[in-house]
Amino acid sequence: MERVAIIGVGQSKFGELWDKGFREIVLRAGIDALEDAGLEGKEIEAMYVGNMSGGRYLAQEHIAALIADYSGLSEMGIPSTRVEGADASGGLALRQAYLSVASGLHDVVIAAGAEKVTDVGSEMTTDIMASSADREWEGFVGATIPALYALMARMHFTRYGTTPEDLALISVKNHKNGVLNPKAQFRREISVDDVLNSPFVAEPLRLLDCAPLSDGAAAIILANERVAKEYTDSPVYIKACTQASDYLALQNREDITTMRAVRIAAVMAYGQAGLTPEDIDVVELHDSFTIAELIAYEDLGFVEKGRGAELIREGITSLKGSLPTNPSGGLKACGHAIGATGIRQAVEITYQLRGKAGKRQVEAETGLSLNIGGTGATAVVTIYEIG
Amino acid sequence: MRAGIVSYGTYIPRFRLSVEEIAKVWGENPDNVKAGLGVYEKSVPDLDEDTATISVEAAREAIERGEINPERIGAIFVGSESHPYVVKPTATIVGDAIGCGNRFHAGDFEFACKAGTAGIQACMGMVKSGMIEFGLAIGADTSQSAPGDPLEYSASAGGAAFVVGKKRVIAEIEETLSFTSDTPDFWRREGQPYPSHGGRFTGIPAYFRHVTSAATQIMEKTGYKPSDFNYAVFHQPNGKFPVRAARILGFTKEQIAQGLVVGYIGNTYSGSSVIGFSAVLDIAKPGDKILLVSFGSGAGSDAFIFNVTDLIENYPRVPAVWDKINSGITVDYGTYLKLRKKIRLKG
Amino acid sequence: MVERGDRMIPRFWRKIKYRYDIVGSVCENCGSKFYPPRNFCPICRRRSKIKEQRFNGRGKVLSYTIVHDTPDEFKLNKPYIVALIELDDGPIITSQVVCNPEEIEVGMRVVKTFRKYFEDGEDGVIYYGTKFVPEKIATNAKNF
Repeated sequence: MERVAIIGVGQSKFGELWDKGFREIVLRAGIDALEDAGLEGKEIEAMYVGNMSGGRYLAQEHIAALIADYSGLSEMGIPSTRVEGADASGGLALRQAYLSVASGLHDVVIAAGAEKVTDVGSEMTTDIMASSADREWEGFVGATIPALYALMARMHFTRYGTTPEDLALISVKNHKNGVLNPKAQFRREISVDDVLNSPFVAEPLRLLDCAPLSDGAAAIILANERVAKEYTDSPVYIKACTQASDYLALQNREDITTMRAVRIAAVMAYGQAGLTPEDIDVVELHDSFTIAELIAYEDLGFVEKGRGAELIREGITSLKGSLPTNPSGGLKACGHAIGATGIRQAVEITYQLRGKAGKRQVEAETGLSLNIGGTGATAVVTIYEIG
Repeated sequence: MRAGIVSYGTYIPRFRLSVEEIAKVWGENPDNVKAGLGVYEKSVPDLDEDTATISVEAAREAIERGEINPERIGAIFVGSESHPYVVKPTATIVGDAIGCGNRFHAGDFEFACKAGTAGIQACMGMVKSGMIEFGLAIGADTSQSAPGDPLEYSASAGGAAFVVGKKRVIAEIEETLSFTSDTPDFWRREGQPYPSHGGRFTGIPAYFRHVTSAATQIMEKTGYKPSDFNYAVFHQPNGKFPVRAARILGFTKEQIAQGLVVGYIGNTYSGSSVIGFSAVLDIAKPGDKILLVSFGSGAGSDAFIFNVTDLIENYPRVPAVWDKINSGITVDYGTYLKLRKKIRLKG
Repeated sequence: MVERGDRMIPRFWRKIKYRYDIVGSVCENCGSKFYPPRNFCPICRRRSKIKEQRFNGRGKVLSYTIVHDTPDEFKLNKPYIVALIELDDGPIITSQVVCNPEEIEVGMRVVKTFRKYFEDGEDGVIYYGTKFVPEKIATNAKNF
């Protein structure tokens, strides 16, 4: 297998981008990535796109063709593929792109993620996101995505003594980090009281426990080692990119306080990279809900099952802690642009490992990103190392 | 053996709205209302309940208690004036919910408050003729009344289901007779949300004429007198009419007491006389004779003479109808308006 | 849920039997029980021997949430309770529990009830299914 490196990254601002259409935000992210890499564009041999639901958000399928067209890539006739795994679509695109280079099939490819959710009303936005669960057996009974995560949260509270305050600390941390990120949707600090006084969405989860659904796009350019060295002094190598699945409906899972897909992908990733959780310096993980971040601490092996709350209570995962997680502000403060999130996480890790993360810079040589689909039926774990 | 009731089940929604609550809103004296109507509180269905859900719950109780294999039910008739669909039957929803397969006759009945007993008669005919082994007849309603109208004090929700057959009968039908005429005492036109009625015209020319005629004629036909019966159940639009009918016909207060449920759950329309009848079956003993006379506006009465058999001793009759009546949860008028969807939301 | 006029009637009709009552599947090869129903045993795969099975309607609450931010079709029911219920027969089902939000607790015993889930507006199809009520207040306590 070839060694694969990220040689260029770009992302749009995330948020309610009223005056930018889907094509514009993707294009902007792609051009930024090309500029960052120092490429003209003709070097790209293939495109992989993560987008959860162009069909329902935009009444547009064939997204990969659309993006290839407007980014000038179909002028060259290159293959462009859209992959979908709910809000793990970005991670899937990253992995497909990685595999195409690692296998030797291509030298240089681009992986993009994009979602435009504000062209439809917010009721629709939520309903479309709900299709990442089991529509017939969860959606039918009114189990929204927040409701499903709430079921996980309550089980975690009951079994391990985790509290709403523990979850609030996670939201507070991510907001604090977001202040330092010019591309984040929310750039204001909040307090634990703010979280605990925000209205319930699905008890015990409150409004400020839940990441917003946003518009956004991100892109990364991958190349094999030989090509990477032509373009950059600081390639960020992907040491492992793994993926796993689990039963779609929560009711069919063995234990809802853990995401088995995350555990499986993480073990495989550490194995492939020849690393352990202790070797990771910085993490971007999938805090679609605060409880998801806490459970991820455990499933990624940073702490024993059930003790996730300790990491946040002791400040270990804060920006100045020994394992900073979501230095970008995470999904909570950056905004969750569904299909774009997995790629945005890679963008952030790249900045961090290159030392280009501005005010939110942490000391890091090795990073990890975790992208999850829905309530955990798909998980993608990627481990990165500065070259 | 004669055809008769093999098993029965009831369902009464849990919420209750008191006469005091309603009277307070409309500026009326609750004591006058209670004295005038003989109603103290009524049942109110939850947002996710309707005639179909009530019918299914009552039917499931009947099937479970009678240990009936649903696939042996050959006909299902649901009588109501508040079927969830005007076109698309409730009987098929019940059929799929109880798992009776596809080989059954089905239809919905409408005859104001006597649609349930009409269903019992239809099942009886099919059973007696050998067309079916068991029939399921249900009377259920979630009747609506216009806010501020006197009917608001009594219009309520509930239902009863009966499995009719020739085997394992707990109450055989000795005789049944119907008295019917075209009488516009109470009606609802297509598309109208609330019914209209003829005020005092609903009394003597409607309720009393049909109930007393049916009762008198069935007793003439069979040679029985009121004192031959252990219990009598009449349709109960309020607490006064059935008491007066009993007096006119010569039945005592004691004979009608067990089946007089309207004071505490209101008028469950197609469920009314049949829930009262079920309350009687809850305590009936072998050899008891029961007169049941329903009334439906429009108008007609179905009269039945039941003889309770020995098999009722081993038939499970818990929880009893009166237990269900007495386990209500009180709601206020605002909640009632929301539950009955009388407040029009946008969109 | 989805837009009006787009409700996929045949799709929900196909599952009526499995929603009106708790009908799932059992794999006769390995004995695993499934709800929702499956055509294929994920443990045995090609060696599956799937048969339909009706499950007992009693169970206990494993976890629950009270939903305040409701989808359109459940707007009137706000707030409603969604719970994971472990049936006495084995399978775990996601369903609504009809009771006061103050009453619900982990471990509570519940029994099934037939209720309306939602309607496709004023002129569309009504979707019924199985919900649960606390066992101690179920008026048809013997009815399962």
